[in-house]
Amino acid sequence: MTEYSGRIWLIVDEQGKLIDDIDTDMIYHNKYLAITDRAQMGQYTFDNLEGYRDFASKAQKDDIVVVGANFGSGSSRQQAVDCFRTLGVTSIFALSYGAIYKRNAINSGFPILEIEEIDMEALATGSVATDGSAATGGVATDGSAATGDEVTVITEESVVKKGEKVVIKFKQMSKVQKDIHNAGNIFEYAKGL
Amino acid sequence: MGLTIIEKIMQAHSDEPAEPAMPGKIIWIGIDVRSARDFGGANVVKNFREHYPSQKVHDSSKTYFTFDCNVPANTIAYANNQHICRGFAKEQGVKLYDVDAGIGSHVMIEEGLLAPGETGVGTDSHLNILGAVGAFGQGMGDQDIAFVFKAGKTWFEVPHTVRIDVDGDLPDTCTPKDLTLKTVGTLGTKTCLGKAQEFFGPAIDKLNLAGRITLASMATEMGSIIALLKPSEDVLRYCSELRGAPVQPTEPDADAAYSGNATIDINGLKPQISLPGTPHGVTDVDTLADIHVDSVFIGSCTNGTYEDLKAVAGIVKGRRIKPGLFGSVVPATRKGYTRLLKEGHIETFIDAGFLVSNPGCGGCASGQIGMTGEGQVQISTSNRNFAGKQGAGDTYLASPETAAASAILGHIGTAEEVL
Repeated sequence: MTEYSGRIWLIVDEQGKLIDDIDTDMIYHNKYLAITDRAQMGQYTFDNLEGYRDFASKAQKDDIVVVGANFGSGSSRQQAVDCFRTLGVTSIFALSYGAIYKRNAINSGFPILEIEEIDMEALATGSVATDGSAATGGVATDGSAATGDEVTVITEESVVKKGEKVVIKFKQMSKVQKDIHNAGNIFEYAKGL
Repeated sequence: MGLTIIEKIMQAHSDEPAEPAMPGKIIWIGIDVRSARDFGGANVVKNFREHYPSQKVHDSSKTYFTFDCNVPANTIAYANNQHICRGFAKEQGVKLYDVDAGIGSHVMIEEGLLAPGETGVGTDSHLNILGAVGAFGQGMGDQDIAFVFKAGKTWFEVPHTVRIDVDGDLPDTCTPKDLTLKTVGTLGTKTCLGKAQEFFGPAIDKLNLAGRITLASMATEMGSIIALLKPSEDVLRYCSELRGAPVQPTEPDADAAYSGNATIDINGLKPQISLPGTPHGVTDVDTLADIHVDSVFIGSCTNGTYEDLKAVAGIVKGRRIKPGLFGSVVPATRKGYTRLLKEGHIETFIDAGFLVSNPGCGGCASGQIGMTGEGQVQISTSNRNFAGKQGAGDTYLASPETAAASAILGHIGTAEEVL
């Protein structure tokens, strides 16, 4: 997948700043840990993250999620990666990731990317949450103004564009991440070694 | 150019041991201990069966299950998952520490499964506690672990190492948890994100194993891969006795290259406490003195050792916790529990009004020992206080001594106020 499009979610606080340190209990709470069926995981995504508790019901296939630094810190739970897959989220862009989360995403072949530069202003125009709980740039949390900006990720150029404008520049995947992603997951990747 | 502890351990376990394990390099390293818990364990089994149907694990003598999250299971889902793991362990000939054993990372140290310089992985984000004995431990998700069960090795990007010098001696009124919280508060989550830490200083040299476990346990809350401590003579003796043979420490070279340095000043340190919301929101306990406390949880992989709980007994002996306050004590392991029982400390807890639970993770994962309700103020000796983590209430993180004193006082306070 060298080029793909989708609605963009900016996971931000009341000041419109990307939220840092979102931990795995906010992404996928420990009360759902006994779930092993991936199809059941999506519905609980972000249900312990203030302002985004209804994320799972508003998310659509092909959505793209943008978050702050140290995303996925905390627990080793794979569900915190897999839940986004269930919802059809295609990729996550963060300023940085928690170490275990990063491995879990890489080894399961889920594309997580690191933001180098982001134009929050260009992204935040247009849609703001109407319930006041959080000013999201892309999709409003109450769903009423679910007019999430459509963006296009161009992998080869390491950019995300809104129209013709570059809104995110991201770092290239490392070689191992790219190889595992291309193989599908660590199990498939290791067969080729 | 010399190597840091993590670089040496990784190089020694590498597929290409002649190649220096420089930071940023991707290498395959052999894993000495592969484990899964009741949390994540069933997912590991599911992944293993899906990708390696009817196959055997790489080495059953190096593979373990350790149940500690929901012990015994209080939901059918957890009971099912534990039973899936038991079935898999039996068919694979893998040793399983069941619901009575205690916290897996502590069991691994107590049983001598890991010694300094060795490597271990498991479905526990605090498995880097093994840094307390100078071993490399790492928490991983269920696909990662399923792969290691089969391959016996996995890839790692050699992390950079941050050198942390602790300046000063720990004052008598402070504990290893206060040193730990001071460090977490000073470094936050970004300084060491994705990096290894090495700690130096006279206060570090003097830490006993329990104190080392406390410090190493909160590397995760600093975003660090692991906090590695050069084993003391006591730690080496302890590990050697368990192994029945002398174990060798992995020490950093004098000219090891660190990617960053930090200093933690503990001169004149006062007891520390982390405010609800994030572990790194740390302040002095005496700034919060009039805050009412509803419940106190003493235990967890951070502060559930025999030594931690013995210190609590010293504070609460002959006293009663505040009427209306719910206090719980959860020893980390069965061994620790047994020792506390034989020495009369369990009776002390009960006489003081605490609920004493069987060993395990305690309050951290899905409430072995209860959650907090809305508006409830809890002091916990564990390592995470994110919103909603331990329930709907507000959780402060503190030392066992501060938690015990607060239980007696009914408000946030230090041991000095009680003794």
